Amino acid sequence: MTQETTMPLWKQDGAKPFIQIKNVTKKFGEFTAVDNVSLDIYENELFCLLGGSGSGKSTLLRILAGFEDLTSGQVLIDGVDMANIEPWNRPINMMFQSYALFPHMTVAKNIAFGLKRDKVPKKEINERVDEMLTMMQIEAFADRKPDQLSGGQRQRVALARSLIKRPKLLLLDEPLGALDKKLREETQFELVNIQDKLGVTFVVVTHDQEEAMTLATRIGVMGNGVITQVDEPRDVYEYPSSRFVAEFVGSINLFEGRIYEDEVEHVKIKSKEAGCNFFVNHGISCAPNQKVTVAVRPEKMKVTRRKPDQEYNCLHGQIIDIAYMGNLSIFRVKLESGIIVRVTLPNLVRENRNPLTWDDFVYLAWDDDSSVVLTS
Amino acid sequence: MTRNSKFLSISSLLGFIFLYAPILSLIIYSFNKSKLVTVWGGWSVKWYVELFSNQQIIDAAMVSLKVAFITATLSVILGVLAGYVLSRMGKFPGKLIVSGWISAPLIMPEVITGLSLLLLFVSLENLIGWPAGRGITTIIIAHTTFCMAYVAVIVQSRLSQMDDSLEEAAMDLGAKPHSLFFLVTLPIISPAIISGWLLAFTMSLDDLVIASFVSGPGNSTLPMVIFSKIRLGVSPEVNALATIMILIVAIGVVAAMWQMRKKENAL
Repeated sequence: MTQETTMPLWKQDGAKPFIQIKNVTKKFGEFTAVDNVSLDIYENELFCLLGGSGSGKSTLLRILAGFEDLTSGQVLIDGVDMANIEPWNRPINMMFQSYALFPHMTVAKNIAFGLKRDKVPKKEINERVDEMLTMMQIEAFADRKPDQLSGGQRQRVALARSLIKRPKLLLLDEPLGALDKKLREETQFELVNIQDKLGVTFVVVTHDQEEAMTLATRIGVMGNGVITQVDEPRDVYEYPSSRFVAEFVGSINLFEGRIYEDEVEHVKIKSKEAGCNFFVNHGISCAPNQKVTVAVRPEKMKVTRRKPDQEYNCLHGQIIDIAYMGNLSIFRVKLESGIIVRVTLPNLVRENRNPLTWDDFVYLAWDDDSSVVLTS
Repeated sequence: MTRNSKFLSISSLLGFIFLYAPILSLIIYSFNKSKLVTVWGGWSVKWYVELFSNQQIIDAAMVSLKVAFITATLSVILGVLAGYVLSRMGKFPGKLIVSGWISAPLIMPEVITGLSLLLLFVSLENLIGWPAGRGITTIIIAHTTFCMAYVAVIVQSRLSQMDDSLEEAAMDLGAKPHSLFFLVTLPIISPAIISGWLLAFTMSLDDLVIASFVSGPGNSTLPMVIFSKIRLGVSPEVNALATIMILIVAIGVVAAMWQMRKKENAL
């Protein structure tokens, strides 16, 4: 039996994007918050804008909502230019980081606010509010004021309020930022389910890469007002396009090196600081003798006491730090050149008879296809 | 720890005695039977009875209440507008100066405020014939100038505590700017508005100096009448009147503070 898989819209040629951001720039005085960003987001996507503080991700979201004017560029939603459309007329709703629940209204009134503005008949408002209360499992709190709710309950009310108008696009600013870790994990999956059920396009802003990984259909990594990479979560993690993305998403070890053999199906790189040569099993478009950075994720390395049987991709060093995290342990290994490499190993057994310990000398090795070569 | 708390409670007790002993003695002496203010002659409410049959005092009280009510209402309207502009206009050139101007009446000596307003009214009357003479209208205008500053400061501080995204959320859900002010902003700052109104009311009721400058004949406020009475010697009647005023002012201040606290809890 063949599993029926429809190709996602962003991989189809000629698919019409739902949101088109074209060369958008936003300046605050001298400071450029968003710098010539172009981005297409497709219908039904759960798109995550991932970046640190000051990366411009929130400004981009506020541009979509209509709270910020553009310095230059164009934003189209469903083919309509948003330039002269005020926030209250856009087919978009937003869930704010602070939730921004109206403190003087009950939960039910908060949720009904948007429908009342549209002069929806009272009977329909009540029905839709009840339906939303049930969906978010907050029926019991309908008559409470926001200050009588817990953080998780407020988050649900905020989500309910932003979904009640059935927007074509929902913007979420750090939707899980204020929740504790356990609740955050549960809510992540719930968000995905709701998005799937309602078929609304979500654009989520977050600084939390884990959150972006679990939620997103695609991630746009932002830094200094520029989107550096747009890809599916796995590709952002496994094939970062730049040093910035590699370092921002997850942790990674970086080695400076120089290409000394450049073939179509492989390259060899010499690295002084690693103390070994690297072999990468695919070609790279680069100049001969170019300086590159080789990036290896901590979990891709194998740790052995005995020298493994491979000529390339093998480091030697001494363990200087161990952090036991329960499910895995993090080792910090110091190479002869002085640089420190981070390795993670899963704790597969409860009791290890011969565990790696401080000051042990170890070899760190990885496969030919495990590293990423970064030229920028 | 315990020694420290003993010290704190003793010093706060002394502080309270220092502040409230004079007021307490005034209240007690207002129930004095004797005609001599300083001699205790037993309990009585006869001065209160006499007070309410004194037409001059009743008239002055009516003037004061009327002035205080209109002043408080005008101050709230102007103060809310000023506070809103100051907290929502963002940065504009000269913002510091404007906010300084608005709060200047708070620290301006009353004598100067009163004198300058008197000069203004007199020259306005010469120039355009309004205000014709001095009376309730001029007192209200004078009181509003300094009371609105208090309201503006209270409203501004409330607005600056308010989450900006509340207004954005309202816009996002389809509220146009003018309706979002009445639907969201106004209800949220309403505790500040109520406490501002009460504060303006009590301050207008209290004022003697400014009112003395800008009032006209036949329009004396209550503090002015009290002041002119005690120049002829303190009568027990004035004690009774003062007690009632303390009561009104205390109620106003406590209500204002209660409103402010309610607002903090809600945030």
